[in-house]
Amino acid sequence: MKIAVCINHVPDTATKVNIGPDGKSIDKAGVNFIISPYDEIAIEEGLRLKEKHTGEVIGISLGGDAHKETLRKALAMGIDKAVLLKDDSVRDSFSVARALADYLKEISPDIILFGKQSVDSDHAAIGLMVAEMLGLPSASVVVKLEIAESNVTAEGEIEGGHERVEMKLPCVITAQKGLNEPRYPSLKGIMQAKNKPIEERPPTPPQNKVEVLSMKKPPAKGTGKIVGSDVCAVPELVRLLHEEAKVI
Amino acid sequence: MNILVIAEQRDGTIKKPSFESVKASKALADQLNANVIALLIGENVQSTANLGGYGASRVIVVENPRLAKYSSTAFSKIASEIAKKENAEIIVLPATALGKDLAPRLAVKLDAGLAADCTALRIENGTIIATRPVYAGKALTDIRVTSPIKIFTLRPNVFTAGESSGASAKVEHIEVALTDSDFGSIVTEITQSVGKIDVAEADIIVSGGRGLKGPENFKMIEELAEALNAAVGASRAVVDAGWRPHDEQVGQTGKTVSPSLYIAVAISGAVQHLAGMSSSKYIVAINKDKEAPIFSVADYGIAGDAFDIVPALTQEVKKLKGK
Ligand SMILES: Cc1cc2nc3c(=O)[nH]c(=O)nc-3n(C[C@H](O)[C@H](O)[C@H](O)COP(=O)(O)OP(=O)(O)OC[C@H]3O[C@@H](n4cnc5c(N)ncnc54)[C@H](O)[C@@H]3O)c2cc1C
Ligand SMILES: Nc1ncnc2c1ncn2[C@@H]1O[C@H](COP(=O)(O)O)[C@@H](O)[C@H]1O
Repeated sequence: MKIAVCINHVPDTATKVNIGPDGKSIDKAGVNFIISPYDEIAIEEGLRLKEKHTGEVIGISLGGDAHKETLRKALAMGIDKAVLLKDDSVRDSFSVARALADYLKEISPDIILFGKQSVDSDHAAIGLMVAEMLGLPSASVVVKLEIAESNVTAEGEIEGGHERVEMKLPCVITAQKGLNEPRYPSLKGIMQAKNKPIEERPPTPPQNKVEVLSMKKPPAKGTGKIVGSDVCAVPELVRLLHEEAKVI
Repeated sequence: MNILVIAEQRDGTIKKPSFESVKASKALADQLNANVIALLIGENVQSTANLGGYGASRVIVVENPRLAKYSSTAFSKIASEIAKKENAEIIVLPATALGKDLAPRLAVKLDAGLAADCTALRIENGTIIATRPVYAGKALTDIRVTSPIKIFTLRPNVFTAGESSGASAKVEHIEVALTDSDFGSIVTEITQSVGKIDVAEADIIVSGGRGLKGPENFKMIEELAEALNAAVGASRAVVDAGWRPHDEQVGQTGKTVSPSLYIAVAISGAVQHLAGMSSSKYIVAINKDKEAPIFSVADYGIAGDAFDIVPALTQEVKKLKGK
């Protein structure tokens, strides 16, 4: 089974975001970058599929040289091959999807795994755009995946429940927390990853359809009111919620 | 000009986020001199008339027994055909599970830019400017879609639907030819947790954290939630510990929520948690550590022991509601 995983390189979720000098993106100075948490789940699922069905796992990231760091981590987790679609330009979700789809078309995997959402831009869109570009069926926000022969059963999260999606390979999956528990790279994996090559490819140039005009921090909350420190404060809290905030 | 809203119905009822999308589209339409058309896809579609009360002038219904359950491939085909037929330049969907799944496919089919999960829309010199949170709400961007066809998905609970005006829309039934190949992926079964309110849809959320010490103590959180008709949420610490299911997790790697009231009980307020809930309209923190970061985003707080305060709060709420 040929398994592809699309992996993004994003600021650590603990980052305190500051706006950069262009006023349109974050200030990257001093920011620690990680594999986007859902993409880590996608990588783990790819490795498990390989362990079960044999084959190879190819990790793909689109971005600048810094993304090599994330691809190295994926290699250390155990993927067989890493491809950097090397590009420093500003892209919207459509342009990222186009570049990924064009490369994926060339390698035609049996299954393509994405995170359900990249925790920087939060589009939750690229996996499904790629599916549409390649004419493949998909299941999104997947917490359970089973493949028998070419039949795929995926369980996706919806409001207040789950839905079971059935389709055939080749297909696209976007991974949600709960699908698996990503492994830590072994020391051996880390050592081996150092020597594995990262293939570099020029991606399809961007043709953006969305332009970021400005980025700012959300308005700071006014300092709240500490109503008290024990049960005596409860009636006052309820009064405030009922009369002042009018939310109950 | 036409604005097409892809409304969502499950089991014959239209969900609130669809009304919010229609209402927000109507606000755009009034400024752009456009019409709002709502599209409903399914089997046995009812309650169509309601959409008129929120601003749709026409409702297009595509019915077919094969559309009883969602199919990403078939629904996107239908929506794109209707969008083309109606020359819709603007397409709006609620950013629900279904809307988030459908919109990216639609964007590709219509060669349209997608503004996902918007929290505000405004018009400046005839151009729609959308606000969308990034980095789980740690920053907000203003964006513009530059392609001729533009797609917006709107975060539930942020735009207000208000009350129906009672106006009715013209309902048209349209056939779309479908073949087996349109059903590349199909939903075969839906399991709903009965009686459970999802955090992503809830108007009030009561969340518990590690300070509750064990899963058994979530009983008091559930009781408070029940008194408030609220959903139960959780921090990642308690989800990772297996005390609560992960569909209740609020935060950067859980759900992003914007209820009118969020009550955080024994949650410290780590950045990843704050990222998912700080856009709530009102926040109440109950934490015995008055230095806990959760108080920095709270409107009201009680710096005390949750084990005393929560049961008392439940009683007081019941008293208020006359239960
Ligand atoms: C990649 C990544 C992603 C993450 N994503 C998320 C996410 O999506 N959501 C999320 O929530 N976290 C997330 N986290 C985890 C986050 O960093 C925190 O570890 C977590 O939110 C802490 O949960 P907590 O507040 O329940 O526990 P703690 O931080 O342990 O806080 C417990 C609180 O309870 C209080 N307390 C104790 N006893 C009582 C009592 N009797 N009465 C009242 N208060 C009491 C304490 O004062 C303390 O403030 C993420 C972390 C990482 C690294
Ligand atoms: N630059 C990128 N390179 C490779 N994969 C990406 C990139 N950006 C996003 N993805 C993939 O697309 C998913 C969804 O991203 P998004 O639609 O931006 O939330 C991510 O979880 C990744 O799997």
